[in-house]
Formats: sequence, C-alpha cells, structure tokens
Amino acid sequence: MNLHEYQAKQVLREYGLPVLAGHICYTPGEAEAAADLLGGGVCVVKAQVHAGGRGKAGGVKVAKNTADARAHAEKILGMTLVTPQTGAAGKLVRKVYVEAGCNIAKEYYLSLLVDRAKRGIVIIASTEGGMEIEEVAHKTPEKILNVMIDPKVGLQAYQTGKLAIDLGIPLEARKHFTQVVSGLYKAFVGCDLAMLEVNPLVLTKENTFVVLDAKVALEDNASFRQPKIRAMMDYDEQDPRDLRAQKYGLSYVGLDGNIGCLVNGAGLAMATMDIIKSFGGEPANFLDVGGGATKENVTEAFRILLSDPKVKGILVNIFGGIMKCDVIATGVIEAAKEVGLKVPLVVRLQGTNVDLGRKMLAESGLAITPADTMDDAAKKIVALAK
Amino acid sequence: MSVLVDKNTRVVTQGITGKTGQFHTRMCREYGTQMVAGVTPGKGGQDFEGIPLYDTVHEAKKQAGANVSIIYVPPPFAADAIMEAVDADLDLVICITEGIPVLDMLKVATFMEGKRTRLIGPNCPGVITPGQCKLGIMPGHIHKPGRIGVVSRSGTLTYEAVFQLTGLGMGQSTCIGIGGDPLNGTNFIDCLKLFKDDADTDAIVMIGEIGGSAEVEAANWIKANLKKPVVSFIAGATAPAGRRMGHAGAIISGGDDTAEAKFKALSAAGVHIVRSPHEIGAKMQEVLGK
Repeated sequence: MNLHEYQAKQVLREYGLPVLAGHICYTPGEAEAAADLLGGGVCVVKAQVHAGGRGKAGGVKVAKNTADARAHAEKILGMTLVTPQTGAAGKLVRKVYVEAGCNIAKEYYLSLLVDRAKRGIVIIASTEGGMEIEEVAHKTPEKILNVMIDPKVGLQAYQTGKLAIDLGIPLEARKHFTQVVSGLYKAFVGCDLAMLEVNPLVLTKENTFVVLDAKVALEDNASFRQPKIRAMMDYDEQDPRDLRAQKYGLSYVGLDGNIGCLVNGAGLAMATMDIIKSFGGEPANFLDVGGGATKENVTEAFRILLSDPKVKGILVNIFGGIMKCDVIATGVIEAAKEVGLKVPLVVRLQGTNVDLGRKMLAESGLAITPADTMDDAAKKIVALAK
Repeated sequence: MSVLVDKNTRVVTQGITGKTGQFHTRMCREYGTQMVAGVTPGKGGQDFEGIPLYDTVHEAKKQAGANVSIIYVPPPFAADAIMEAVDADLDLVICITEGIPVLDMLKVATFMEGKRTRLIGPNCPGVITPGQCKLGIMPGHIHKPGRIGVVSRSGTLTYEAVFQLTGLGMGQSTCIGIGGDPLNGTNFIDCLKLFKDDADTDAIVMIGEIGGSAEVEAANWIKANLKKPVVSFIAGATAPAGRRMGHAGAIISGGDDTAEAKFKALSAAGVHIVRSPHEIGAKMQEVLGK
C-alpha cells in the first residue's frame, strides 16, 4: 500500500525527521490560504498522486506569492498527470500539497528496503539526488552506495558516519545527517515499510538536511499491525476492481488486455497470463481465487471480471487438487447463471474428478467451451475474444 | 529413497485447532503420514481425533517423539511458532502460513543462524515423498513414487507438473514447495543439493517465477555442480514491472529478476527450459529418452 507524499511526511515528522511545513489543499482557495499561512513568500504547489515523475509532468510548481500559489493550484487540481509511472491513462489530481520553500545547496538520494538475498535492511544512497535512481544505477553505478544493516543489532553509528564521509557531507552537517539516517531507519522498522525513499534529501545553505520528497510503501503483510498507516489508504488512488477483489480475499491485479482470467494459485495464474500472451492475446487481469476456492469467491470473481467493460472473453483455468473438479464446476455453473454470461467462456479443468466436472459443464446448458490443456484453452479464448 | 521426509517422519502440527490445521492434519494422516502430536497453548492434555495435544513444541518432542513440525498458525503469530520449533531442535519445520510480515521473517532468519533445524516456506504447499509421507496441503493422490525430484515456488503450478509426470508414468522421489515469499528458509540451491546427493533421484523439475535472484543463483550452481538433468519453467513472463502478482515475492523490481533473465541464465547452465507449463512432463520424458 502506497502513501501520498504529504502522508509520508506526516509519518516521518512523528519520527522527528526534518520536513518542511505544509498543508494539504483540495481547492485553489485553500491553496491560497495555505500559502498565506506559510508566510506568503515562496512556496511549492505539489500534485498528490501515487506516482513518481510528477515534476517533469508539470505537477510541481514553485509559487512566488499567495496569488501565484492559487494560480498554480487552479491549473494542477483536476489535471490528469501522465508520468512514466502512471501509464498512458494518467492520474487525476484531486489534491495538492502546498509546502514552504528552502535554500537548496545540494541534493542527495537515500532509500531503505529489505534485501531479500542478503537478508537484511539495506540503505541505498547517492550524491545524485533528484534524479531517477534507476538511471543513476545504469549510467554511473559507482555513485550508488549500499549499507547493509545487521538485523540483530540494527543500524550502528559507524555506518552512518562512514556513509556521511563517502557521500562527502560537509563536517558541519554530519551530526544532522546521522540523526536523519537513524530516524529514517527507525521509521522503516517501526512502520513495517516495504520501501522508504527520500529523493531528494536536501542539504540547505544553512547546513541542515530537509526531506524534500518522500515515497513510502507499507509492507502489505504487516498492515494488520499498522492501523494508523492503513487508515491513510486513499481509495481514489486504487483500481476499483482491486478494491472489490480485496474485499473477497481474491488476489487481483488489473491489466490492460481483454481476456479475463480466473485461476487458482498465484504461479498458475501468472503462467496462464503468459500462455494467453504467447498465443497473441492480452490478459485483462491476474486473478488468483486461492487454493481452496469456494462457490462464493468464484461467483464474486466472475462479477469482477464481467464488470470490466474491456473483457471480451473469460478463461477459467483451475487445477482441482483437494478442491475437486466437480465442486469447481458447480461453482462455475452457478456463478455463470447468477451473474449472466455475456462473453465467451472457456473452461479448462484438470485434476481430481475431472471427468465428472467436465460432464457437468457440458450438461449445464451454458455456452461453455471446454478445453483439455492450458495451451488448448488459451488458443480457444484468444480466437473467441477477437 | 527420498529427501527431507519419509515413512519414519514423526510430525507435530502447530496450530492444530484452527480449521485449516484440522483439515490438513486429517488429510495427511489419511495419506499415511505419522501425525503424532499437536500443539496449542492451553490445550495440553487434550486430543484431536486421537492425536495428543501439548502446550509446547518441546513437550511434543519429548512426549510424542516428534522430529518434524508443520505450521498453520495465523500470520501475526507464525514467526514465533517457527522460532519455537527451531528452539526445540527439530530436524525440519514446514511453515504453510501465508502473509507473515517480512520484518518478522528477518528476525527468524537471524534467529536460525547456527542452528541445525531446516525451515521450508513460509507460504508454501509443503513437502511430499509419494507413498511415504505427505506433509502439506497438496493433493496426495496425484503423486506417485518414482525418481523425479520436484522443487517449486508455486503450489498449483507444482500440482500441474506432478500431474503431468504421473500421467506419463514418471513418479517422484520428493516434491518440495519452497514457497512464494521473498524471504524463505530453504532455497532452490539447498533443494538441488539434496537431490544431487539422493541416489534415487534421476532428474529434477524446477519451477520458478519472477522476482528475486534465486533462480539465477540456482542456474550458476547447476552449471558448476549438477550433472542430473533439470527441466525448468518460470512463471510471469508477461507480468508488468512493479506490481505484486499474488505471491509477496513475485514482483519485478530491477530488471535481472524478470522471467526472461531467468530463462536465459537457466538455458546457459544447460537446463532444459519450457516456455509453457503444459510442456513440463513431455520435456522430461524427452530428456530421459522414455
């Protein structure tokens, strides 16, 4: 789960990290008032959407005064921001963050994440702040520094000290740098974050640090013990299909194609998408109904697929293990009847009681195209959805 | 022969009083697995359908002679359950639970350093040695005793592969689901080593997916160490970058963790790759010249 910049800063502020004063605004009038509250001088109007690359897309503007802040907010609010991370459809800007300005001397990059291979939390840092870190890693990998934190003992003072030297932080600012890095580490662990990225981390002309932009993602598995962060979920930023799936315990990822997929198991669901694509089709989604699929969640899965106007055909690919094929067939038939089948449906069942399951589908009176293998199923649905 | 579990394995179920724990304990017992104990704090002295319950794993080991544990404990308490089993010095711990916070698993990984207990999972279907011991949530009857080792990050995709192998007359020595989480107890290389040293495993099926570098590391290890043939499929070739595909570990975040990069590394290591999971069984048949 991702947070907005203003929410991320709210979290970081609680950990004593240096963030600038700012206000979240939903109208140009509020933006003007916010600029006034910040002193009426230079401030920055920033679009709040879940995507990076906002600045280049025109979603971040520096305002000289309150009238200027209002004018920028008028333009940004309601615009559809298209950045490399939003996809072609872009994201509608519903709110802006109006933030105080600062005197930038130098920009750094700093992020924390869990390194799965090395089994620890890693700090990634660079002197090339303000740039896409992937680009820095690609062009000048020597400018990326890694600090591994031993989970047994946590972040040590010598590590932040060495990092400060390696980044060439001026002597006068090193103490504050150490405080910032250890604060970020505490926030990362304390909030169960999957990612915490500060880009840029600004060194001001007064030799102090400012977290100028922050990107925070909560680790989904830990959301049960982070109610405060969970409450920051912005439903406007979620795909409504994803939200509905979550409610029914389905694992769903909306994609751009036209073939709806209903599969049990994450690996099989991914493989099903791969096969559809290999036969020239485009999957509309990833959907895992879980190993113990019930009639109820199969029905809800059908509803979600059919509510997507892009879906021109549905492929059900289920391996009946402990959940036997005849039980799954019952679920598919009842769901199809209840929801009303408006697009071609190809069903591929395999596993326990497969003959009985297939017979039930054939005798259901529904227009279900049976398939023997995954390849066969993919070929059929790609042809039918054209 | 087999690896990890066999007919002598004595199992304690942690989380035996939950619905999932009860159902699968029954299924494993029906398959013939020796389910000798259950652990639920506060229920020591009672029993579950004849299986004695204990308050702690230590008790279950001491009283019932359990040497392997299987865990169905809910996510908030699962890491603690793993550590308890490790502290009881069991041979093997299989954690089925899905959804354990990654920072909890970091603690577990650190806790396990220097200890001899092996962890399989979490978020996995378990381990089965056909005809001897089923320890997990996989459908037992699709398996058949034989000489193919199977190791996989995915549950249903493994069942697909096993179903094909059995259908073509190729039984399995042991099938290991290592799980779909970013941090797991046992990785591909660990399992490949076990299969390499197992005199009764002739060939291996390895099923991976996007995310992480475990498959590429396995490819490098295979190239240097393994003579037995390996057939491999990687799921997620068409998954968009940055989106988590069901499994917590299945997310493309760099560029080296794509299906394509993994196929390439495996191919370079002499592994027989298949682009569709539908071809796993047939490819194995071809490789073995059967």
